Amino acid sequence: MSPVEMNLEARFEAYVAEDKKIEPKDWMPDAYRKTLIRQISQHAHSEIVGMLPEGNWITRAPSLKRKAILLAKVQDEAGHGLYLYSAAETLGVTRDQMLDDLHTGKAKYSSIFNYPTISWADIGAVGWLVDGAAIMNQVPLCKCSYGPYARAMVRVCKEESFHQRQGFQIMLTMAQGTPEQKALAQDAFNRWWWPSLMMFGPSDADSPHSGQSMKWNIKRFSNDELRQRFVDMTVPQAELLGLTVPDPDLKWNEDRGHYDFGAIDWDEFFNVIKGNGPCNKERLAARVSAHERGAWVREAAKAHAAKQAERRAKSSTHAA
Amino acid sequence: MSSTQHEWPLWEIFVRSRQGLGHKHVGSLHAADAEMAIQNARDVYTRRQEGVSIWVVPADAITASSPDEKDVLFDPANDKVYRHPTFYQLPDEVNNM
Amino acid sequence: MTEAQHLQAILRLGDDALVLGQRLSEWCGHGPILEEDIALTNVALDLIGQARNLYTLAGSREGQGRDEDALAYFRTDREFQNHLLVEQPNGHFGDTVVRQMFYDAFALERYAFLARQTVDPDLAGIAAKAVKELQYHWGHSSQWVIRLGDGTEESHAKVQESVIALWGYTGEMFMADDVDVACAEAGLLPDLEGVQRAWSVRVADGLSQATLSQPEDGWMQRGGKQGIHSEHLSYMLAEMQVLPRTYPNATW
Repeated sequence: MSPVEMNLEARFEAYVAEDKKIEPKDWMPDAYRKTLIRQISQHAHSEIVGMLPEGNWITRAPSLKRKAILLAKVQDEAGHGLYLYSAAETLGVTRDQMLDDLHTGKAKYSSIFNYPTISWADIGAVGWLVDGAAIMNQVPLCKCSYGPYARAMVRVCKEESFHQRQGFQIMLTMAQGTPEQKALAQDAFNRWWWPSLMMFGPSDADSPHSGQSMKWNIKRFSNDELRQRFVDMTVPQAELLGLTVPDPDLKWNEDRGHYDFGAIDWDEFFNVIKGNGPCNKERLAARVSAHERGAWVREAAKAHAAKQAERRAKSSTHAA
Repeated sequence: MSSTQHEWPLWEIFVRSRQGLGHKHVGSLHAADAEMAIQNARDVYTRRQEGVSIWVVPADAITASSPDEKDVLFDPANDKVYRHPTFYQLPDEVNNM
Repeated sequence: MTEAQHLQAILRLGDDALVLGQRLSEWCGHGPILEEDIALTNVALDLIGQARNLYTLAGSREGQGRDEDALAYFRTDREFQNHLLVEQPNGHFGDTVVRQMFYDAFALERYAFLARQTVDPDLAGIAAKAVKELQYHWGHSSQWVIRLGDGTEESHAKVQESVIALWGYTGEMFMADDVDVACAEAGLLPDLEGVQRAWSVRVADGLSQATLSQPEDGWMQRGGKQGIHSEHLSYMLAEMQVLPRTYPNATW
């Protein structure tokens, strides 16, 4: 490393240590840039793949009000994907490159979206649990060291706050509804509880990138810490709903001041990541198909813009 | 074949949140032309009544100062404290000046 | 104009808005680019919002305790009186924006009148809000038709096909039946001949900017306003209405 680079690296480290923000054109270590690109683009992919399981119920929403709410929510997710792609683009990667990586399976997205939404209650459970877990993960990112990512996350978190509430409200309405509705709510809770706990990622002991990311202020709490916080927050909410947490080992631990909970099936988790989840193929196929079916539209708009620019140039030469 | 050259250009979006305030940078997006950029900006960045006016600027039309010049550009202002009103100690009688 | 005709006029407006909003909502998550996904969803949300306002008004006028959801979820395809145009499947993006442009040009004229009329001030209030939304929709759909028509050879050919395929569904919007005639005489609805003239100018201008040729006015499909629909509508309703009809005692 040359003296100049050492100097730059020292300045970068000092900035991050002081909790200052790094901005796009500032010098940054290659590994920092790569880590950010990986994390932000994964995050963006999760938003747009995440549109699919919920989008699955837009046309079947049981009231016009619910339909409007769900549309607005799924639309927000598109917006969040867009903010995040933009944040990643400031690091020198294009959206097309990121989409290529998603479509070829090189890039990952949150594996929770590989589970199916098979009833309307799933829309409630996804809002309540999946968005709840996502918020828990995302709030600390509003303070992460990379400026554009932190700013995007501020926007995301602000908009996201209605998402969890609408999910909980669906669950509440169903849990207090007819016996059939309550059964649907419990069934959805049973299926989404464990995958939601998996959303915080592997146990700290098995989380390869965590240490460095914490040092760089990209990550501020460990996976297990956040998971515990989520369980502690959610169990009383389930009690309020009158639903049973599908975990026989769950109990309050007076000494720790936290809930103890059962073992997570990491074998399932890693299999879903590897592509063996119930909907991995459908999700990716839907994204690829939308992109490919849109290719001629994107081309046409570009061609039209070029023609228009040419016409403008011609008419201004004539005028001059 | 890389598809990167097919991408629509990137636009930086500035929104005036209400009359009387300046336009503030809110983010960016892709659009084929300026008109589309305005429409997209409206849909992406003002869904919650965040704006009354939008500017769209092609990202590659922006010239930015270099972070390497940060010291050269901005440090010289450090010692010109006499540019700030608090530098001047005046008698209490004229305290509202 | 009888009360029943007045009510029917409001319901028809609501049905057009809901059916087209439902169609557009199918795009959510599948648009050609993220920005456009968001834009189409915004249009869908506007239309569903219009439908809710109109159904709520219709329900209160009817006075039988039916709310927006009773009207959306518990009527059959024979009771829906939307135009055939709006129930046509999304097809590709070009089909969707052409359908939208044809509808927007019509709805703009119709709602501009509705906002001005004084026979039904409640309806005028709903329409005044809708007019602003529709102006935006028209800008969006017509700009897209122009981009696709005057884009690449491929897009030009595709969207020309869309125009030809959907043209036969435009005539129905201007065929006045008893309800239209009575409501126009009472000053509630615009005269459809005038609407057609304005529509034709608008659409001809859009198509010409798009370098697209306008099909000859041949036979026009009809029946929507009488509840005799294409095969598509009953599938759409089956999907849309499945939950409330499966669990009729539930609230959501």
